[in-house]
Order: sequence, then structure tokens, then C-alpha cells
Amino acid sequence: MDLIWLIPLLPGLGAAVNGLLGIRYFSKPVAAGIACAAMGGSLLLSLFAFAQLLGAEHREHIVTIANWIPPIPLETVSGVGQFEVPWAFRLDPLSGMMILIVTGIGFLIHLYSSSYMDHEPRGGYVRFFTYLNLFCFFMLMLVLGSSFLVMFVGWEGVGLCSYLLIGFWYHKKSAADAGKKAFIVNRIGDFGFVLGVFLVFFTFGTLDFREVAEAAAHMPVEAGGFGVISLICLLLFVGATGKSAQIPLYVWLPDAMEGPTPVSALIHAATMVTAGVYMVARNAVLFEHAPNVMFIVAVVGAVTALVAATIGLVQTDIKKVLAYSTVSQLGYMFLATGVGAFSAAAFHLMTHAFFKALLFLGSGSVIHAMNDEQDMQKMGNMRRYMPVTFITMFVGSIAIAGIPPFSGFFSKDEILAYTFQENKVLWGLAVITAGMTAFYMFRLIFMTFFGEYRGPSWEKADDSHGDHGHDDNHGHAWHGPHESPRLMTTPLWVLAVGAIVAGFVGIPAAIGDFIGVGNAIHHFLEPSFTAGLAGHGDEHAGLHLSHAVEWALMAFSVLVAACGIGLAYVNYVRRPERAAQWKTNWAGAHRVLTNKYYVDELYDATAVKGTMASGRGLWTFDKGVVDGAVNGAGWLTRAAAWVSHVLDKYIVDGLVNLVGWIFAEGSYVFRRGQTGLIQNYAVATLFGVFVFVTVYVVARYVG
Amino acid sequence: MSNTAEFPLLSLIMFTPLVGAVLLLFVSKHSENTIRWIANGFAVLGFLVSLPLWFWLDQSTSDWQFVERLSWIPSIGAEYFIGVDGFSALLILLATLMGSIAILSSWTAITERVKEYYIFLLLLQTGMIGAFVSLDFLLFFVFWEVMLVPMYFLIGIWGSTNRLYSAIKFFLFTLVGSVIMLLGILAVYFYHHEVTGVYTFDITRFHELNMPFDLQWWVFLAFFLGFAVKVPMFPFHTWLPDAHTDAPTAGSVILAAVLLKMGTYGFIRFSLPILPEATQAFVPWVVWLSIIGIIYGALVAMAQRDWKRLVAYSSVSHMGMVMLGMFALTPVGITGSIVQQINHGISTGGLFLLVGVVYERRHTREISEYGGLSKIMPAYAAVFLVMTMSSIGLPTLNGFIGEILILQGIFVVNKVWAAFAATGIVLGAAYMLWLYQRTMFGTVNNPKNEGLADLSLREFATFTPLLILAVWIGLYPKPFIDRLDTSVDRVMARVNSTYAPLNAGAADEDEAEPGGGDLLAQIDGETTGDGFDRLVRLPVRGGSR
Repeated sequence: MDLIWLIPLLPGLGAAVNGLLGIRYFSKPVAAGIACAAMGGSLLLSLFAFAQLLGAEHREHIVTIANWIPPIPLETVSGVGQFEVPWAFRLDPLSGMMILIVTGIGFLIHLYSSSYMDHEPRGGYVRFFTYLNLFCFFMLMLVLGSSFLVMFVGWEGVGLCSYLLIGFWYHKKSAADAGKKAFIVNRIGDFGFVLGVFLVFFTFGTLDFREVAEAAAHMPVEAGGFGVISLICLLLFVGATGKSAQIPLYVWLPDAMEGPTPVSALIHAATMVTAGVYMVARNAVLFEHAPNVMFIVAVVGAVTALVAATIGLVQTDIKKVLAYSTVSQLGYMFLATGVGAFSAAAFHLMTHAFFKALLFLGSGSVIHAMNDEQDMQKMGNMRRYMPVTFITMFVGSIAIAGIPPFSGFFSKDEILAYTFQENKVLWGLAVITAGMTAFYMFRLIFMTFFGEYRGPSWEKADDSHGDHGHDDNHGHAWHGPHESPRLMTTPLWVLAVGAIVAGFVGIPAAIGDFIGVGNAIHHFLEPSFTAGLAGHGDEHAGLHLSHAVEWALMAFSVLVAACGIGLAYVNYVRRPERAAQWKTNWAGAHRVLTNKYYVDELYDATAVKGTMASGRGLWTFDKGVVDGAVNGAGWLTRAAAWVSHVLDKYIVDGLVNLVGWIFAEGSYVFRRGQTGLIQNYAVATLFGVFVFVTVYVVARYVG
Repeated sequence: MSNTAEFPLLSLIMFTPLVGAVLLLFVSKHSENTIRWIANGFAVLGFLVSLPLWFWLDQSTSDWQFVERLSWIPSIGAEYFIGVDGFSALLILLATLMGSIAILSSWTAITERVKEYYIFLLLLQTGMIGAFVSLDFLLFFVFWEVMLVPMYFLIGIWGSTNRLYSAIKFFLFTLVGSVIMLLGILAVYFYHHEVTGVYTFDITRFHELNMPFDLQWWVFLAFFLGFAVKVPMFPFHTWLPDAHTDAPTAGSVILAAVLLKMGTYGFIRFSLPILPEATQAFVPWVVWLSIIGIIYGALVAMAQRDWKRLVAYSSVSHMGMVMLGMFALTPVGITGSIVQQINHGISTGGLFLLVGVVYERRHTREISEYGGLSKIMPAYAAVFLVMTMSSIGLPTLNGFIGEILILQGIFVVNKVWAAFAATGIVLGAAYMLWLYQRTMFGTVNNPKNEGLADLSLREFATFTPLLILAVWIGLYPKPFIDRLDTSVDRVMARVNSTYAPLNAGAADEDEAEPGGGDLLAQIDGETTGDGFDRLVRLPVRGGSR
């Protein structure tokens, strides 16, 4: 277990090698081999660590490998503390489960991608695996980080990889836009998250999860009011809504489907988008102390689940259906955390990782077969061409719809039971959502795999379409829908098995007591949610429903799911014309739903346009006013200089010149006398003598 | 280690570029490659001789290190008094590194009046280093002014379209600020004489001065004008986008990476410790100007169509962050502020270099002229991506460390300020990613871009140190932060009389007089010594008095 830091490091090294050398030098198989080997090694290490964890008495292990931010003194609420963050990793049941999900599904998706991305040119192919490895590195950091800040490293890092992978086909504007949107919307969430982290430090003087939980455990539960823990939790939850695509920050996830499908499966279904749920579960003790925020979390989760499901009902892009389904299922997980069922949330996170990764990879297989067509209206009857994809996707759909004994049933049922216990209204929303889920998933199955084939015929379809895809680089002609190669179907099989059996670790008490099996995952995970809660037993947030109620709830949710499936069957297989009828009868509602409630338009008109306009406005202000003042000062100086110049030239200098002029002009008179003629001078001399003599005589004899 | 100070290391670092510049005077202006080799050689040499600052710096002492002290103008008490602490040592290393990079980046970009160009760049190096090492306020001021001249010519001669306007604007702005700052310096100088009867510009003595609040207030304002123009803080920033846009690439790099740090350096070295009470009084004003700078700079950056001007406005935003951390007046905030000064040098310097690369190829900075460069210049796009991420503070890269420390540092002081400032992380991502998308992503629509060459080996060499530093500081900032401990303690001890540093167990706990600190009084013991004992760096605080 001391080597858990190698778990993230291996894919990190893979990314470094492929990124620094591979993009330039490696062939496709070498690059894919390195990437897969890195993930395989990481998976083995994870299994090993997990086995050790199971065997250990004390199921918590922290490994500190280095100092990151050395201690610096800083005031906190309770005096001067030390701001210090080590590179520390923490393995406990929750993170143990997560590393298995990330490395396991990550490994499968690496394998799948090595075939799926084969059409890419070599450079792009290697670049893809670099990003994918880098993503796993950051995701494992996120999961294993033992403090808020180390988690935040992974948190932001997966955001970067998401950005890069969504925009993988960056020459498409829509892809580049979607990547940017994902990053910026996530940053809005991070804004809340970092403030939450700052407040955590200010309140507790540490950022370590365990220390925070221990400190929080000794603080009163903020039942009546909205204290500092509530504020922390609310801010953290803002971060979670960004990363896990909840209202109001869910808008980036459907757009993220611009990325290659394996990316959608790994990042935007199985792992990264669950980070918010993971983070909330990681801080279970904190959230337990903020019941008001818990309620907000539950409401946001339930409403998001419902809203996303309604949008999912009408989407025709196969990946968009799955995207909204993901948003909706994440809503379920938040609903679970909100009602205090943290292990149910983690359980659903795990089963969802299996069946949603499966569904995405299956859809990728279909898209691949259809030469990059994603519109279900142009598919149909695909089960004839690709039986493996059909069977495995069918399994996934049953699992997500919540039909026993597939995995989704157990996890979703647990959430529903807890919700029922806490709040009947939210339970109602969740059940309606469950029905919709079953409907839109089977609508997807029926539209894709049943009915008439509606796609282009392949005799003449060599290159006539592709407005949806990345087929500029396809070197080969399309020969009609076909089953995918083994490298792609094998992961489907593995995940399908997982989607069937993963639920057995969380058999509810009503059934478990009946057949003599306990709820393994609940007991396994519980210590992670009560860490630091001294004296509190396992049952701090147990289910107190009678078996009869539990049975009834289960039966009801299965019934609702069955109704959803039946409705889909009737509308899309038995009488497909009815679907069109619905569309015309409810045109208004349909338009609102296909336009996703116009939320994107709203955000665009307010936040995006507002920011851009204020940017432009301020720039004008900068040029006109701020710089205008500077230039104005410059102009004034010059004007003053000009005035001085004028004054100088005409007044000051004028005076000088005037004096000069006077002398010049005055001297004119005298100049006239300077004739240069001796006789004139002689006359003048005589005249002068005469004057002097006269004056002398007069003065002498008169005076 | 302790014998290193007997060797005039700092003078060597400072004058190496100057020697290069003088040598260039004797080279014929027609042998341009010889000139380039000499300039590059001396720049790299300058960096190499500055490396001992990293390795030999004693992190355990709050004394000034590598001190040299000679008489300069005895009649007014001015001395050639130089020395460093961790803070200035790091900035000197930044200056010598970025100087070498800037000079290397000019190899093919500058083809006219090559000789004068390199002479000015090398002179600028000496000026910058001189300002960072000066412990005499007059000496500092001289270097501060000396820096102006080469930069003025670099912009005015080798700049682009509006170069004269920009050069004069840069010059006048800084000059006005520094003239007023000089008044402030003189006020401190005469006050010191009035109190002690000694005429001196010795900064270490000024650090112990307890000036009356009114005087502090006015002097703070005077210093503020000088330094805030240089940072630049809103609303004194408008010279910056013009200067950056019109300066040659190397000029922009130096300007962003080092010259702007003169302002923040000035605040931390002079305003805060000399004027602690006034500093505290001005905190809300400076903080709000910083916050306005952060948001305003980011929003205006978003509206830019000129690539370089966008980076320039992002600089305004980032420097607002630096100022904010500083005026948190918490150790974490000030540490973050200093770390972020270095980070800003790396990432913004890198971004200007990157603009320079494509500008040299296309001679346009219009963002709309580009697009799809990822396909043509993949290595360039990769470097640009790392620099972008560093600039927007992605964890594992350097910018994150600075931002998180600054925001955490300000958060414990005032949560509202922190919340406003943190919007910068959203806006920063928005304008940088949009820039990235417009230049790197999409298809190559402009035929002029089709044949662009990717990074050459020389260009790649200019980026390599920056990339390494970005990752290093991001993953393991400890060596940097450790070197700053005592510098931060020194400032904190002045601005917060109850502050007790972590690593000084024996430090004074007792209440100091307003603005005073016994810790500093101890340092005083040395600085008032007869000068020559300062030539030898004393690792132990000796009673040399």
C-alpha cells in the first residue's frame, strides 16, 4: 500500500513518454502499447492495494511522499495556524473503490480506443493516448489525494484533459467551442470550490480530509441555521455542480459529446463527472453537519435528474441521449448524498460506471459501424448487423432501467428507499425520473436496433455523408454497418458482465435477509463516511424502513420501469407512427425539450454576452477615458507649450524685439548724419564750435 | 560558504552585462554575428555567475547577504551599498535568466542597428540587477532611472508602428512617478537626519525608522505613485499595453518579466517596511485598486483583437493579483505575491516570446489573421498550451501556487475581497482559452499561414528553461518558498507588530513599539557598524557595534 503513489504516476509517465517522444517518433502500436501498459500496470497495482486494504485491520492508509507547499504561518479562526500541503495520498474504502473503477474501466477504454481511434493519422492517434493517459493520472490524483488541495490538482487536471479531449478534433469549431465551454463552466464551479477550500482552512487550520472530518465531528450540527460549515458545504457543492454537471452548471456536458466516444465513456460518464459526487461523499462528515445544505443538494440532485431525463426523452442523437442520461443519473447520486445515503451514492456511482461506460462504448460501436452517423433516425435494425453490440447494450439498458437482478436495480433502489424515508416529494420526482429513464433508454435501443433500417444504403454511400463526424481522415470506403473488431467488443463483454453482477455487492436488507447475504458495499464503505466520528457506529444513517415497505418500494419502481419500457416498445416498435403523432400533438412541449429549455440561449444572452459586452465597454472606457486622461494631459501640456510659445514669441520676445526696434528705428536719425563726406563733418564741427562758443559767451557775460 | 562574500559576487553579476556592452563598442557594426555571439555569451555568462545566489544563499539568516559597501558620495552620505536577501536574489536570477532568453530570442528578429540593440539590452540588464541589489536608496534611484533609457530606445528604435508615441509615453509615465518618488525618498532622508543626525540613504536604517503617521502617509503616496505606475496598477496602466504592443519581442519579455517587478519589489522593499502604519491605512485602497485591476484587466483582455495587447492586459490582471497578495499583509499572501511575481515573469514572459515567434514569421499581431496553427506548428501549439495553462493557474504548473497562496492569504483577511479576486480565475480561463481557440484551433483559413515553420531549435531553447521552471514551481515550490522565509518575516515584523515568524523561536514575542521590532533592532547592530565588517557576510548576528 505504500506504493499507491505509483498508481497515478504510471499513467502520468505514459503520458510523458508519449507526449514528449511519441507524438514525433512512435508508431501507433507502440504508443497504444505504452499507454495500455501504463494503465494495465496501474490496474494491477490498484488490485494489489485493494486486496491489501481488504485484509488490513485498519482500513485507512496515508502515504506522504513529499512536501508540496511548505508550512507558512497564517491566521485562522482559532489563532495562528500553518498553511501547509504535502503530496499525500490516502487509500481507504472509498478511494479504493474509486481507483478500481478508474483503472479498470480506464484500462478497458484504452483497449477499446486503440481500435476505435485507428482511423486517426499517427500524430493524432498518439496525441489521443497521451491525453487519455494524462487524464487517468489526474483522475487518480483526484481520487487518492488526501487533502483538498491535492484533490484540486486532480480536479483541475481532469478538467484540462476533458478540454483537450472534447476539442480533440479541434479543426471543428463546434468541438473547440465545446471544449472551451466545458473548461469555463467548470471554472465557474471551481470558483466556489476554492472559496470553500479557503474557508475550510480558515475554519479548521488544515486541508487534510481526515483532520477536517475529525474537527468537524466535534462541532455542533447546524440544524437550525446556516453556519460556517453550511457555507463551506455550499461552496464545495458549487464546485460539484460544475464538475458533475448539475443545475445550474450542467450545460457543458451534452456539448462535451463532441469528443471521441471513448472519451465520453471514460470521462463524461464513468469517472470525471462523478468527481463531484465523490468529493461530497469524501466530506460526508462535513455535509452531515450541514443539514440545510444537504437538503439543497438533494433538491438540486432530484430536479436535475428529472429535468435531464425530460430532455433525454426527445433527443435523437444517440450520444446526446446518453449524455442527458448521465446528467440525470448524476442527479440521482446527489439526491442520495443529499438524503445522507453516501454509500448508496457511491454504490450507484460504481454500477453507473459499468453500465454507462458500456452504453457509451456500445454507442461508439454503432457510430463506428454507421460511419460516424450519430442520428438514431438514420439507424434502425442494427441488431442484425452487430449482434454483440446489441446484446451488450441491451444489458446496459436493462441495468440502467432498474430491472432486477441487474446492477442498476440495486443501487437505484437503495437511493429510492433512502429518499422515501427522508422526503416523499423527492422520492416522487425520483420515481418519475426512473420511469423516464427506462423509456428513453429503450427508445434508444428500439430506434437503433429494431425496426426498419433507415440509414444510407452502402452501395452508393462511400462518401456522401459525414456532416456529423470526423471522417476527413477515413482512408477506406464504407461497406455498410458491421460488427466492430474484437478489440472493441471484448471491453463491451467485460462491462456487460459488470453491469449484470456489480449490483450483487449491495443487496438490500429485505432481500439479503431473505437469502442470507449482507450488504457488502455498505459495510465496506461506511468507515469512509464516518471517519473522525468517534463513537458513532455504522448505523449513523441507516435505513429504518420495514421489510414490507422495502419490498413494496422495490416492486413499485420495477413496475414503473416496466411501464417505461412498455411505452417505448409500443411507440417505437409496435406502432412507430404514434411517436410522430406525439410529436405533432405536443409540438410546443417538444420544441421546448429539443431546445433543452433554452437554457443555453439564456446563458448565452446573459452571462456570455454580458461579459463580452462589458469587456468591449471597458476597453472603450480604457481607450477613451483612462488613456484619454493621459492623452488629454499630454495634449494639455502641448497646448500649454503652444501658448507659451506664442507668448514667448509675441509678448516676451516681442518686448525684446520692440526695444531692439526702437533702437534700430531711433538710430535712423543719427545714421543719416553718417554720410562720409568731409565737408559735412566740417560744417557740423563748425556748427558745434559755434554752439559751444555761443553757450560759453552767453553763460559768462549774461550770468 | 561564509567566505563567498569576500568575493564581490553581486558586483560581478551586475557588471558582467556592462562589460559585454563596453566590449561591443569595439566591434565593427558590420560583423553582426560576432556582435550576436558576444551579446549572447555575456548574457549567459551573466546568468551563470548569478547561479551562486541560488546555491549559496543562507536561508536561515535574516541578514543581508553578499554585502558590499563602499563610500560613494560621502558629502551626502550616499554609499555603494549592495546586498541581497532571498527575495531580491530570486528576482536577480529571474532577471539574468529572462535577459539571456530575451537576448537569445532576438537573433533573427533584429537585423537593423544590431550593435546598438544589444548594447542597450545589456545596459538594461545591468540597470535592473543594480536596482535589485541596491541597499542604498539613492543608488537604487540611480539604477531605477538608468533602466529607463535603454528601454526607451529599445521601444523607440526597434518597435513597431506607434513606437515613438509608446516610447515617450512609457518614459514620461515612469519619470513622473519616479520624480515624485524621489521627493518621498528625500523626505525619509531628511527625517532620518532630523532624528539621528546622520545623513544616509541606507535602506536598512530606514527599515528601523518610526516616522510619524502624517509623514508616512505622504511618503507612502509619493512612493505609491512611483511604484504603482511601474506595476502597473489601475488606473496608471495605460502605458503598458502601448509599450508592450510596440516594443520588440525581447523588450516585451524583459518589460513583463522583470521591469514590472520593479514596482512590486519597491512596495515590498520600501513602502511596506519603511512605512508600516501608512501601509496598513492604505490597505483597503490598494486592495480595491488591485481587485479592479484583476477584473478590469481580464475583461479588457477579452475584448482585444491584437494578440500582444491581449497578453499585455492579462498582465495588468495578473499584477493586480500580485498586489493583492502583498497587501493581504499575511505571510502566506506576501509569499504568494513574491512567488507570483516570478511566475508572472515565466508565464507572461513566455507568452510574449510566443507572440514574437509568430510575429517574426507573419509580421502581424491580429488574432484573426491566425487560426488552426495547431496543425502547422504542433510543437509551438504544445508550448503555447503549457504557457496558457501556467498563466491561468492550472495546478501542477507554477501559476497555481502563486494564486492559491495569494487568495488564501487575502481570504483570512477579508472574504469579500477574496471572492471578488477569485473571479479572476474564471475570467482568466475565458480570455486565454478563447485566444487559444482563435489562434490554434479551427482550420487554416489564411493561406499565408500554411507554410509557417514550427519552432526552430534556437526558439525551442528559449522556451525550455521556462517550461522546466513552470513544472518545477508547480510540483515542488518548496525551494523557492524556503528562500523567501526570512524576507517575508522581515516585512511582516514591520507591518504586524504581533507577528511571530515560524522559524525564529527566539524571536521577540514582546510587543514592539509602534512599527518597531526588536528583531530589526538586532540587525541594526550590524548596519551601524563601521561598514567594512559588512563586507563579510555574518551568518551569526554579531554584536559588531
